[in-house]
Order: sequence, then C-alpha cells, then structure tokens
Amino acid sequence: MKNHSNQLQHFLLGLLAVSMLALASCGKTNQGANTGTLGGNAASKTYVAPGQLDEFYAFMSGGFSGQVSVYGLPSGRLFKVIPVFSVDGEKGYGFNEETKPLLNTSHGFIPWDDAHHPNLSQTNGETDGRWLFINGNNTPRIARIDLSTFETVETIEIPNSGGNHSSPYLTQNTEYLMAGTRFSVPIPQKDVPISSYAQNFQGALSFISVDKVSGEMDVAFQVLMPGIDYDLASCGKNQSHGWAFFTSYNSEQKNSLLEVNASQNDKDFVAAINWKKAEEYLAQGKAKEFPTNYMHNVYNESTQTATSTAKKTVKVLNPADCPGLVYFLPTPKSPHGIDVNPTGEYIACSGKLSADITVHSFANMLKAIDKKDFDGEYQGIPILKFESVLGGVVKEPGLGPLHTEYDNEGNAYTSFFISSEIVKWKVGTWEVLDRVPTYYSIGHLMVPGGNSTKPQGKYVVALNKITKDRYLPTGPELTQSAQLYSIDGAKMELLLDFPTIGEPHYAQGIAASKIVPKSKQFYKLSENKHPYMIPSEKDTKVVREGNNLHVYMTTIRSHFAPDNIEGVKVGDKVYFHVTNLEQDYDVPHGFAVMGANTAELLIMPGQTETLVWYPKKEGVIPMYCTDFCSALHQEMQGYIRVSPAGSATALKWWLGEEKQVQ
Amino acid sequence: MKSFPKILFFLAAAMMLMLFIFPMWQITLIAPQYPKGVTMYIWINKITGSEVGTLQNINILNHYVGMKYIEPDDFKEFKYFPIVVIAMSVLGMALAFTGRWKWWMGWLILGLIGCALGLYDFYQWEYDYGHNLSPTAPIKVPGMAYQPPLIGNKTLLNFLAKSWPYIGGWFIGGTFILGSIATWLQKRKTSVA
Repeated sequence: MKNHSNQLQHFLLGLLAVSMLALASCGKTNQGANTGTLGGNAASKTYVAPGQLDEFYAFMSGGFSGQVSVYGLPSGRLFKVIPVFSVDGEKGYGFNEETKPLLNTSHGFIPWDDAHHPNLSQTNGETDGRWLFINGNNTPRIARIDLSTFETVETIEIPNSGGNHSSPYLTQNTEYLMAGTRFSVPIPQKDVPISSYAQNFQGALSFISVDKVSGEMDVAFQVLMPGIDYDLASCGKNQSHGWAFFTSYNSEQKNSLLEVNASQNDKDFVAAINWKKAEEYLAQGKAKEFPTNYMHNVYNESTQTATSTAKKTVKVLNPADCPGLVYFLPTPKSPHGIDVNPTGEYIACSGKLSADITVHSFANMLKAIDKKDFDGEYQGIPILKFESVLGGVVKEPGLGPLHTEYDNEGNAYTSFFISSEIVKWKVGTWEVLDRVPTYYSIGHLMVPGGNSTKPQGKYVVALNKITKDRYLPTGPELTQSAQLYSIDGAKMELLLDFPTIGEPHYAQGIAASKIVPKSKQFYKLSENKHPYMIPSEKDTKVVREGNNLHVYMTTIRSHFAPDNIEGVKVGDKVYFHVTNLEQDYDVPHGFAVMGANTAELLIMPGQTETLVWYPKKEGVIPMYCTDFCSALHQEMQGYIRVSPAGSATALKWWLGEEKQVQ
Repeated sequence: MKSFPKILFFLAAAMMLMLFIFPMWQITLIAPQYPKGVTMYIWINKITGSEVGTLQNINILNHYVGMKYIEPDDFKEFKYFPIVVIAMSVLGMALAFTGRWKWWMGWLILGLIGCALGLYDFYQWEYDYGHNLSPTAPIKVPGMAYQPPLIGNKTLLNFLAKSWPYIGGWFIGGTFILGSIATWLQKRKTSVA
C-alpha cells in the first residue's frame, strides 16, 4: 500500500508539473484566443450566412447520451440528434412499437448506452456517405445509421465482449467493423473469483461483416485473445489493407486499482491481426462454434418496423491454432489511440502516459515477421522486436498523446489530453510543425476524412472533455464542447467554440455534397408496407380483437381520422396505428394521448407509427397533434371515450359528422 | 409532297400531337415556405405536379379557403379534348397534301376557335374553383376570390400564382405560326402560278 501511495504522489507531482508547463505554453502560443479576442477574420471563416449551407457534415458521438449529433461545419450549428442507443421521447424512439426492438439485447430491453466512435462507411478507403456506424460501449453493440434518412436502422450485440470500446473502426471497403473488448471476461461467462483474472479471463476481438448492398451486419468471427484490455483500433489501408491493429493496456493482467497496477510495464502491445489470413483459416474450418446469446435487430424501411432475432452461436478462432494470425508490437506506456496514416504505411500509437508518439512501420513489421525477428511471446502470441517494427518517434511533442488524424499533405495532428493541445507533425520526418492549445483537455480530434485514404483537410475539430469557464455556467453540470481550428495555413488557427450533446468522443466529417443528393425528403405512401398502414381516410377503422383495439388512423393537415372514438373500455390495450398521409417535405405530424405511459409519436410524411395506450379510468380522453403542422394545427385534436370494463358502449368512430359505422 | 409549304403545313398540324408529350399549361404557387414553388401541370388529358404529392398538397392548401378538391376525374374535357386534338391534327396533315391554301386557312381558323373555346373553358373552371367556396371554410376573407389568372401573375393571400403556357402550349403557338407561314407561302406560290 505504501508503495502505491508513493507512486501516486509521484504521478500527481508529475501531473502538476505538466499542467504548469501546459499553462505556460498556452500563454506563449495563443494569448488572444484564451481571452476570446480572435484574430481578425476568424469569425468570417465560420460565418455561414442565413439561408446558406455548410460545407461539411460533422457526426459526433453523444458519449453517455448514447446518441449521435449532426452538426454543420464550419458554422458549428446543430441539425439533429439521431437517437441510437438511448430512448428519445422527442422522436418516440424506443417508445413506439416500430423502434422498440432496436434496443433489444440478450439482457432484455435497454434504454441507454454509452456511444463513442462514429465511423462513416468507406469504399476504396474514401467515405462514401452511405452509413454511419457507432459502438455502444457498456452493453457491447454496434448500430448502423442510414444516411439517406438519418435514422438508426440496425443494432447488433457483440457476444463474449465486456465493453465494446475498440469499435467500430472499419476496413477500407467496409468489409468488416472492429469490435474489440475493453474489459476481458471469462468466455463463456462463469462464476469465478475476480482474482483468477490471469487464468480465467480472455479478450474477444470481433470482426463484424457488412453486406455491400444492404449494409446488414453479422458477427463473422472472433479472435480469442489473452485477457488484457483492448483499447482502440485502426484498420490497414492500401498496402496494409487486410490487417487490423488494436492497442491494449494492462499487460500486467490486473483486476483492481488499474490506474496504478496497469501502468507498471514499460511497454504494452499493439495486436496486429491479419484478417485476410483469418478468412483463410475460416475457410479451412479452423473456427470453433461457441454457444452464446446475442441479439440482432433490423429496421425494415419497407415495413417501417424493426424486428429482433436471437443468435445462438459465434465462430471463434484461437491464435494457437492459427499461426501467422496475430502478432504483438511492443508499444510504450499503455497506448490508447492508434491511427493508420492515409498511405497505410505508418501506424501512430499514442502511449497515453508517454511524452513521445511511437509510430510503427507496416513495411518494417512485414520484414520482421518474415525474419522471425521475435522478442519472445506473450500468452503464446509472438512479440515482434520493438526496434524492428519502429518507423519513427515524434520526440516530446507534448504530454498524454491520445489520438491522431491526418490531412492530405502528409501532416498529422495529435491530441494531447494532459497538456491540452493539438500538435501538428510531419509524417516521415517526425518533426513538430505547430501546436495550439485546446480549452480544455482534448480527447479525440477530427479532420474531415482524416482517418481515410483521402482526407479533405481544411479543419480540425477538437473534442474536449472539460469546459470550465468557456461558456455561461449552468450549475455543476456544464456543457461539453468542440472547437474548430483552421488547418489551411502553416499555423493552425482557432475559429470557433461550440457546445455538444453528451460527451463527444470521436467524430466524423464528410463533404455535404456526398450526402445531400441522396437525403430522403419523405416516405412514399405507395412504398409503405407497414402491416397496419392505410392509404386513405376512406380506410380508417377500429378493430376489436378481444381486449386489443387496433385503431387505423390517418393524419393530414389539419385533422386526425377518426378524431372521435367511442367503445374503448378500461382494461383494453389500444394500438393507435397512425399513418401520416402527407406527401410533402417537412410536414410531420405528432400524436399524443393524455395519460399514456409512453412518449408521443412523431410521424414523418408517408410513415406509419404505433402508440400503445392502456386506458385505466373511464372518462373522455383528449388526444392532439404535437408538431405545429399548419395554420389549423391547434384544431388538430380529438377525443376518446373510455367506458367501464364490460359496458355496452358500442364501438364507433367518426370524423366530422357522427355516423353509425358498421 | 415535295413543296416546302406543304411540308411546313404538315409539320404544323403534326406539332399539335406534342400535347400528348408535354403539358400545355402550368400554374405555380410561390410563398416563402415554398421556395421552389408548387407547380401543377395541365395536360390535354390529365393534371400532374412537379412532385408525387403536388396535387394533394395544392388541395390541402386550397381547403383552408374552402376551394373544392381538384379531382382530375371531374374534368370531362380530359375525355374529349384528346379526340378533338387528334382529329384536328389528322385533318390538318391530310389537308397538307391538297395544297389548297384556303382550306388550310379554314383549318387554322377552326383551330383558333377551338383554342379560344378551350381557354374559355379553362377560365370557367378557374372561376368556379376561385369563387365557388365552401361556406364552412376555415379561412374566410370578405370579398376575396381565389381565381388564378388566366395568363400572367397574381397575388392570392400569401401566394403568388403564376399561370403560363408550358411546352405543349408553346407547340400549339408553333402550329399557328408555322401553319400561317405555310398558308401565306402557298397562297403566294398559287397566285404566282
């Protein structure tokens, strides 16, 4: 214990020194920005005039909000929060019958997760604007968002994983998404002493295949790795295509007080996985089918409904049976971020407790493998000699390097959490070119296309962990924030601060021109195959099936049909299947029922959504449209008469004139 | 059929058939929240819109002031106009072979009368839609009628309504211009001979 506190003291003293250095460097490099007086034309560089459109979309993870937020760059304007892993009453996501299945897991319905790393689909190493993938960290999952609708259309649970952090980094044609476990666990799960970590715990690195046409995901295979913490991932590009790289920490295999106990070894590992080789081993039948349980949930745009499928097995490759599948690259000081550069040759690894950035060379790695240039092995996996794989070192660029993005001119941008800055350096010469402070404590950073083979450059966005005094205070809980820097010139320039939702971990940027042309304006009624859809007011009806009442309802400016319903009884389960008959851009209707223990429906034109209501007391219950749809929106309302259970009130419904139907 | 005026007259008559390929008229409604406008196309045999839901969207807008729903099935004209146009076109093409300029002129006058009647019919419909409003309309502006202009631009409450001939209509104009030139050339030729 004494040892521990000594180490802690040293560490804290170190941090103090570091933060003083950082403050000093802030003062030197960018005095103006700290006080809010920006360089002359910074404002004009982010000014997007009213009615004009931004050049880039930025998709930011919502962190512990579980969602994805969509911003415009350079303006920093928020356009949409896409619900992904957390329920969203605003949109009825996770509340209406159609989207509930997207939140199903082997643990049942989960209304929340922690979303970290959005990744845009790529073709030939370039972002193609088709889908956005993001990981759920807590209950391991990956979600797919369709970028024609900006809606979550699929979620898949990752079996045998304890925390889906190194995910969902993808290969250059979106063949696979990575899903490495941060927390190793017993596989399969069993009741063992926690202290038996070294004997009983293993780490699964999952490869999730993506269908080229539909985008549908599948757990293709897992590689069963030693029980350590797999932190982040990056996939090869061009010549390194076919390989995936995972950073790791806790090669000490400790299970308590990791901040100290997992920081002892001078070097941890980057796991290099040859997934093309894995495919060969799979073809040879080397994989074992492990029994497991996980959920696969898919939203069908045609039926506008998600369905869940329980999966029972997963294919597992054991490196012991598969020589050449995995190598370990020793990497200093608990490496966190790992980022392959646009050419595919260099792999920047940020030892988060290191003062240097270690850059491995892919060509050197292949040579070392060829020459069997090993430095022993770890749990049966060959360790390549550090000196043999090293490509270069960026010497003392700052403290606490975390993540690296690239521009299209051979420069790299690394975030430094401890010294709170972005450092620009040259790939190949490893010289530091420029540095700017961030306010405060940057985590990830993002250059549009900065993790692809074709970075678009222009801007780097800092995704910060702390804001302190940067905004008006809002009590103890403050906004999270992003900062936009210009990287056009030789010197980086701070242009804009803007708040973000949740905690922005990673983000992705893409030219708006890749997305705008395919953005859907509304759903065509003629293509709506929802089982409870009705195409016109003539078809509205209420159908009783025992205690279940199905209301086939429509909305159009400015009324519901029907808007008066009688014959509902206490104890019924009432399904309102509401079809929005509008076929125009930007005319959603909302639907809410007084006392319903659920959220509203927010129904896009041409869409059908279902709200379930359990009437509990007799009376006359109002319902209304919640989205200001038209000049007569306020008149868009109705009543539902609730009669006692077993009463003889006839089932009737109408719009306008009360008439006997049936 | 080697004479230039004959070919020209034949073409003029044939051009009428363009009414089956292009709309003859367009009515566009423009308002701030409809930056691209809502455009309705009137064909010889149907009504379409610039987008899938245009007619529905116009009907939704119209219902606030109590206008009747525009239902293409209500227009008997869509049944007999096509027959009239085909008959006129075939007759004109046949007359082209005769080379008799007086017959051509007669055909042109007949066509002009037809067009005038068509426009009068169009005006009647517009008048009916614009004036014959539901007494239970949500929005009632005393003295206000919503008849779109026969041709030209007009402001109707928050909308600017623009009513102009469209490609099919331009071809009908072409029919009369080319037909007249052909007739004049043929007359000159005949009198010289």
